[in-house]
Amino acid sequence: MKLVSAFVLGVMIAAPVQAAEAVRRLSADQYRNIIHDVFGASIELGGKLAPDLRLEGLSAIGAARVSITAQDMEQYDAMARSIAAQVVNEKNRRQMVGCAPASPSAPDDACTGAFLTKAGALLFRRPLTAAEKDAHVAAARAATVATGDFHRGLSFALAAMLSSPQFLFRETAATPYAKAARLSFFLWDAGPDLVLLEAAGRGELDTPKGLARQVDRMMASPRIEAGVRAFFSDNFAFDGAAVPKETSLFPKFSTRVAADAEEQTLKTVVDLLLTQKGDYRDLFTTRKTFLTPDLAAIYRVPVASDVPNGAPETWTAFEFPEGDQRMGILTQVAFTAFHSPPGRGSPTLRGKALREMVLCQKVPAPPADVKFNLVNDTSNPLYKTARKRLAAHRENPVCAGCHKIVDPLGLALENFDGAGEYRTQENGETIDTTGELDGVAFHDAAGLAKAVRDNPATPACVVNRLASYALGRVPTASEGEWVRVLGKDFAAHGYRFPDLMRAIAVSDKLNGAN
Amino acid sequence: MTISRRRVLRGTLAGAAVTVPLPFLDCFLNGNGDALAATGEALPVVFGTWFQPLGLNPGRWIPDTTGPNFENKVELKPYDRFRDRMNLISGVRYFLDGRPNETHITGPQIAMSGEIPVASTSAPSIDNLIADVIGTRTRFRSIEVTLDGTRRSVSTRAGAPSATPAEPSPAALYARIFGPEFKDPNAAEFTPDAGALARKSVLSAVSDVRRNFAGGLGAADKARLDEYFTSLRQVEQQLDIELQKPAPLPACTRAGSPDEKSVGALVSEVESNSQLFASLLTHAVACGQTRVFNVLVGYGTSALRRAGSNETWHGWTHEEPIDDKLGYQPNVTWFIEWANRTCAAFLGQLAAAKEGPGTVFDRMVVLWQTDHGIARSHTMDNLPVMTFGNAGGRLRTGLHISAPGDPAARVGLTVQQALGVPVSSWGALSNATARTITEIVA
Repeated sequence: MKLVSAFVLGVMIAAPVQAAEAVRRLSADQYRNIIHDVFGASIELGGKLAPDLRLEGLSAIGAARVSITAQDMEQYDAMARSIAAQVVNEKNRRQMVGCAPASPSAPDDACTGAFLTKAGALLFRRPLTAAEKDAHVAAARAATVATGDFHRGLSFALAAMLSSPQFLFRETAATPYAKAARLSFFLWDAGPDLVLLEAAGRGELDTPKGLARQVDRMMASPRIEAGVRAFFSDNFAFDGAAVPKETSLFPKFSTRVAADAEEQTLKTVVDLLLTQKGDYRDLFTTRKTFLTPDLAAIYRVPVASDVPNGAPETWTAFEFPEGDQRMGILTQVAFTAFHSPPGRGSPTLRGKALREMVLCQKVPAPPADVKFNLVNDTSNPLYKTARKRLAAHRENPVCAGCHKIVDPLGLALENFDGAGEYRTQENGETIDTTGELDGVAFHDAAGLAKAVRDNPATPACVVNRLASYALGRVPTASEGEWVRVLGKDFAAHGYRFPDLMRAIAVSDKLNGAN
Repeated sequence: MTISRRRVLRGTLAGAAVTVPLPFLDCFLNGNGDALAATGEALPVVFGTWFQPLGLNPGRWIPDTTGPNFENKVELKPYDRFRDRMNLISGVRYFLDGRPNETHITGPQIAMSGEIPVASTSAPSIDNLIADVIGTRTRFRSIEVTLDGTRRSVSTRAGAPSATPAEPSPAALYARIFGPEFKDPNAAEFTPDAGALARKSVLSAVSDVRRNFAGGLGAADKARLDEYFTSLRQVEQQLDIELQKPAPLPACTRAGSPDEKSVGALVSEVESNSQLFASLLTHAVACGQTRVFNVLVGYGTSALRRAGSNETWHGWTHEEPIDDKLGYQPNVTWFIEWANRTCAAFLGQLAAAKEGPGTVFDRMVVLWQTDHGIARSHTMDNLPVMTFGNAGGRLRTGLHISAPGDPAARVGLTVQQALGVPVSSWGALSNATARTITEIVA
């Protein structure tokens, strides 16, 4: 959505006070999405924002705890100036600024005011107050006088908006505009568009019917994909910082493969949940996925590339045959390789990730004086496989408690090495992948996949996580009944993920009393 | 190179067409370039931290004698050339006070801030306490770098839920310090940047409306917004500094632009980047850009490793058997000695950077700390703490002090007092102390 000329907003309408909501800082993705929505995807952001803080398994929750340090501020300030300079440069100004000053070297409050009012509403996610408009117009005027250049002056005023708390943090006032912002960040991982802001201005979000109409419109938009991806990226901790692999041991693994692996899992998610409107639980058993040639090398399946060397990889839809151990996202590289240290696989890390990310169970941290001599010495002739090494480790009762929860799950994935490549032996000994999950026995990764799919904790977990993601916090005890009903409806309607998103989006828990 | 006061004034007047206040005369250096001309005071003191994970090996670092003329044992041998310019405090402790030992996290927290945070809200770390006193008149209040490719430092701000971000890339740090906004303090002419003037007037025009953040804010949110405004003031301060004619600093030369090297956790990458960072920080200090820096080799659980090896330093601490003959873990020990060599090489660069009759190192103190006594069992006692440099004569050096069982915070308290922080005790609960290491107070 580029800036458009018609922009009519109603007056701010007070809504009933709702439960305390913590102020959330924009994530790096949300920042980028807003800039691209408002000014177009040609704007380069430059610079890197500080990594998000992950709390309770979600950076959406951490966002309600982080602030902006001096180092962050320096970065935000530099990015803001770089973005604003691009918006007003000679190539873009006609389209993006939308008006021309009377003189290129003198202030023009009318043009400045018109531009900053439009841009400001999208950046602040509500109409500017009169004081805000006046202050930013005055800022542009002063900067134009200092630089003798209208557009440069205007860019400094725009940069000021981009580094203001009203942009970088999400305001929590009980207004329809804050409601609109909650919806758009939840469903699109971006700020509200003009249609949504105008609906908010007319008070439509305060009626169940008006709210539903907007939510349905947003769900029908292609931008819902960004919202689905944002949630799963957050839940799977995909932040582009996968563990590097020791190249002499895993020559097929590279940073490009790591990025492709993240994308593979997200493509699998989007295809099953949004395109096919499938059952959420089938994410753990689906044989359908997408591969690049680099990834296909790790999966040892034929996927040809016809792009020239160095060009972006193309994606090919691929279905693993019946009987293959590759089944569902837990057998994908983004799970097996990301939850392994640089030089080997790790049943413990994989089991812990499965318990925490997929089943929402907490695994305690290891005791401080843990000794792993036996576990990780892959050259010990007495303990050739990870299973044997971990069994020896579990003889220590302090360790046994946690390992018996996580290891049996992770051991089922031992056919995948530290880079996610298939193997049947470790140090010349056949790998035993049997195990059980909550009383359901299985023989291999495919069996684990089915057990996870059918475990009641699996759908319950995603309901809880998605609710936490939307609220920016773990649901309170008094919201337990709401979460339970969400779960019941999720099951009753065949575990359709978009339906779950919709139910949360229209709920009064997200929107305050309607 | 020295610069006469006459030459400086002439240079300034040549640029006097612009309407900026002349710098205070007390910023001008004396003829030797080693002190401020008006008062004869020494150049400003500089504080650095070096945080290295995973401790040292018992029996391989505590010297046999205390006091002066101690002999470094094998793991501290790389510091021999600093023997008379360092202090080694052995046997100190981090106290848990019944709180869980979050391995490799609790150690840095106590080392840097003298306490374990409650929930995820931290106390300010020592570098921030010191920067509040010595870092307020420089372009950068402090500079944080990491050597293992990650972006998290051990520096924390009061109330912030997570550590301050750090820069892993020398090329990026170069751009930040010596990019277009760098003003050479020795340039003959000074023209304030029109952009900086414009930004300053913009910040002033919007400052009131920024305060009108819409929402019923709880105490925690108010604190977070307050931190935003504190951070904003630092941006404003940077602008003020950019708009002033900097005092000439004869030792200042613009650092060379480092080649874009790979950034990561391989020891070869760490060694090379540590040298590049040393050079950049040396130039930044000599050019008056900062007086506080933090270097983090990596957190204990970092992926630091050797090329071709399937195990990280951290992995080795857990899995490697103690060699019967040697009495220690050989691979772990290789990393310990490597890290100390890397630190010594880093300090060596600071100590080689000429400034006046001496070097930049002469006005520094670098505080060396680690997370555990014995990494293998995550112990929190019998720890080493070291200081390098005498901070322009404010600390005595060349001593080994044995302080068994004392809070490690004693060293931090001593350094804070030496650098002018008005504090009589530091730390919380058992980590709290009001006792400095008197032997090293000058």
